[in-house]
Amino acid sequence: MTVNPSPLSRHLPALEVVGITKRFGALVANDQIHLSLHCGEILAILGENGAGKTTLMNILFGHYLPDQGQVRVFGQPLKLGSPAAALAAGIGMVHQHVVLADNLSVLDNILLGTEPLWQLWSRRQQGRRRIQELATELGLEIDPDAWVGSLALGQRQRVEILKVLYRGVRILILDEPTAVLTPAEIEPFFQTLRRMVSRGLGILLISHKLQEVMQISDRVVVLRAGRVVTEVKTSKTDPAALAEAMVGERVAPVVKDLLPAGEPVLVLQQVSCRAGQEHLDQVSLTVHRHEIVGIAGVAGNGQTALADLVCGLLRPHQGEIHLRGQVLRVSSPALMVQQGMARIPEDRHKTGLIGSLTLWENWVAERYRDPEFCCWGFLRHRQIYRQAQTWLQAFDVRSPGDPRQGLQMPVQVLSGGNMQKVILSRVLCRDPQVIVAHQPTRGLDLGAVAYVHKQLLAAAQRGAGILLISEDLDELLSLADRVAVLYRGQLSAATPTQETTLTALGLRMAGQEIAYAS
Amino acid sequence: MRLEPRPTPSLVMMVLAPVLAIGLALLSCSLLILWTGAPVWVAYTALLQGALGSPFALTETLTRAVPLILTGLGVAVCFRAKLWNIGAEGQFYGGALAASLLGTGGFSLPWPWLVLVLLIAGWMAGGLLLWIPAWLKTQLQVDEVVTTLLLNFVILLVISYLLEGPLRDPLALGWPQGRAIVDAGLLPRLIPRSRLHAGLILAILAALAVWILERFTIWGLERRAVGANPEAARFLGIPVQRVILYTSLLGGGLAGLAGVCELLGLKGYLTLDLSPGFGYTGIVVAMLAQLQPLGVVAAAIFIAGIYVGADTMGRTLGVPTYLADVIVAAALLWMLVCMGLARYRLRWN
Repeated sequence: MTVNPSPLSRHLPALEVVGITKRFGALVANDQIHLSLHCGEILAILGENGAGKTTLMNILFGHYLPDQGQVRVFGQPLKLGSPAAALAAGIGMVHQHVVLADNLSVLDNILLGTEPLWQLWSRRQQGRRRIQELATELGLEIDPDAWVGSLALGQRQRVEILKVLYRGVRILILDEPTAVLTPAEIEPFFQTLRRMVSRGLGILLISHKLQEVMQISDRVVVLRAGRVVTEVKTSKTDPAALAEAMVGERVAPVVKDLLPAGEPVLVLQQVSCRAGQEHLDQVSLTVHRHEIVGIAGVAGNGQTALADLVCGLLRPHQGEIHLRGQVLRVSSPALMVQQGMARIPEDRHKTGLIGSLTLWENWVAERYRDPEFCCWGFLRHRQIYRQAQTWLQAFDVRSPGDPRQGLQMPVQVLSGGNMQKVILSRVLCRDPQVIVAHQPTRGLDLGAVAYVHKQLLAAAQRGAGILLISEDLDELLSLADRVAVLYRGQLSAATPTQETTLTALGLRMAGQEIAYAS
Repeated sequence: MRLEPRPTPSLVMMVLAPVLAIGLALLSCSLLILWTGAPVWVAYTALLQGALGSPFALTETLTRAVPLILTGLGVAVCFRAKLWNIGAEGQFYGGALAASLLGTGGFSLPWPWLVLVLLIAGWMAGGLLLWIPAWLKTQLQVDEVVTTLLLNFVILLVISYLLEGPLRDPLALGWPQGRAIVDAGLLPRLIPRSRLHAGLILAILAALAVWILERFTIWGLERRAVGANPEAARFLGIPVQRVILYTSLLGGGLAGLAGVCELLGLKGYLTLDLSPGFGYTGIVVAMLAQLQPLGVVAAAIFIAGIYVGADTMGRTLGVPTYLADVIVAAALLWMLVCMGLARYRLRWN
């Protein structure tokens, strides 16, 4: 991974962006962006979703062609609009959304497109060794023969990062790399980044997590609405100033003012089940009214199984689930909806919404069989439109493009934050008593995160019991009343948040205290 | 050259795509006509004349369109749920076989009722033939493309055996054909001295019914959801497997109806050449119509017109009538290209 730039290029910026402008119709995603990255530094690009970070990265990596401007790599103009040219120039990118072939092994995913096809087989052993070396060096443990389809999101991201590092790039673009890493993994990961930087790599890190940017970067560029608003050395700024630059106004911290917990609404008793690579082992848990119970844990330790279980996708092999005082004898997604459970899934694109269907169809998709919305099998369009319109507006869903299309807009054109609002509006409009939220703010911008938090707190205030499964510890500590930790399918006892610290949680997530806690 | 997805394909493009595809298909096939030495313009005029130019031509085209509408609908509803039904041909024959078994005298009822029974029997036979692959798909993840396609040959061979043996009409002078459907089981002619029969009304009613089903009912919504994203549909509480199974009964049943209509309205007895590939052409019809039920009617009439018109073109100019197959196939290929262009923007670097 050692980089040997020519003597001349030591003084040149590794990457220069000169006056990049990109428009999508009326929207100016990037407006005259200038920045430069030197070898041996980490430059953070900070901004909310929609600020133009990802657009800029896609231009650098050749996915989009800018309307104006130029990119220079070690002084040489880069042929824009060609990922192959970007790769040849030594630019590597790790995407925010994982782009891997599910039906191939980790090894094949890394070798595919990296090694020439006709050498794929002859180089396998060599490749396997290098991947294992890289993985050990970076602390990104992965089984090269695991089938990518069976990996959790966090593990897939490791594969993505390994794949780019395997190519031996000189400039590394990381788009929200820590989104799926655990706190325990983040520090070693940052150490890896520093090690790479000390060997002459230039790293562009895209993030909206202030703490991380403060921790790892040498310089910060803040984007807002497509423009560079601040460029500053990290040591000469503080999180508050950056947050202000990012949002344009001061962000109020979450205000929590909850009633004391009421009767139990969701109880898991000694539940065991198995789903793919994950399992749950004798998990017991109680969620009361007015209460938010947080589940922390590293991806792949049973969160998906737990979420699928309470969402009705999985049935327990053992143990009982009580919902509002009643034992669930059978379980299905439809039954859970009927029982008034509000379910916010982990993956908006894959399970939460149906991208090519319209706004109203997605809004009504859980409850189209309610007598309110259908009569003898016929959809009551007028009723559905009216309610969908009202509730989507109440949750401030904004769709781009032609407003006349309104409810007929396919939901896939919405931004991530608005997609999540569609889901919130679908499940929260019924004033649910039980809410399961799995990673409800993953990949959202600050404004949308605050909005989701506000809505969850308001729901708890109105009497809902919330099970919040999240890998964002700050989120858990600021929202949850009690936090429990999942580790290898076992759930620790839930401890009150006031008595918990980040460090303590981190230790339990690494399996340090689990025997003691349970 | 690169493709950029359009987030919202415009309505105009979606309507223009089939028109453009047909134009391009005719254009590319004009090369073949030139090759045969016939003047292109005259050939296409003859084709149009033969398809629509006289009351007789028009009724012939509509007659040919009846089975295509029904198989097209059968394919379209399945494709909407991403149930890849390549077996409309087999379902067509399955429906015809059921009607032939019940309608050749073994079973007697007065006129409209026997027709009704035969239609229902054909529906059930076609539906069952698709229900089996659909059930295998939901239970064992067996690829329905393979099973539906191969079932076509199974059905054809079964019918071939039956027509050589137990079902052969003793009066047919040794030809492998079934006994004639009794008079009480026949569909009436719509226009005297033409071959156009009441199957047309049935087909159009079926298209309307499917349109209403898709657009206004929860079953249409379920089918769209399952087709677009089965994983999300399951999470949302839509019974994915049940949707696939009832879609198979609907789609297979419609293709089965096509067989019954062709038998009761046109041929009168079962033969092995009852369908010149109506089931496969139904796939082209469904794709040209972009799976829209009312579009299926238009696409079916268009394709029927090409086939009927090509006969005239062949007679008057000596151009091979196989050209019709080429035009239809080219229309499908161009349709796929045009649909791609409606969804993606082409960028030149």
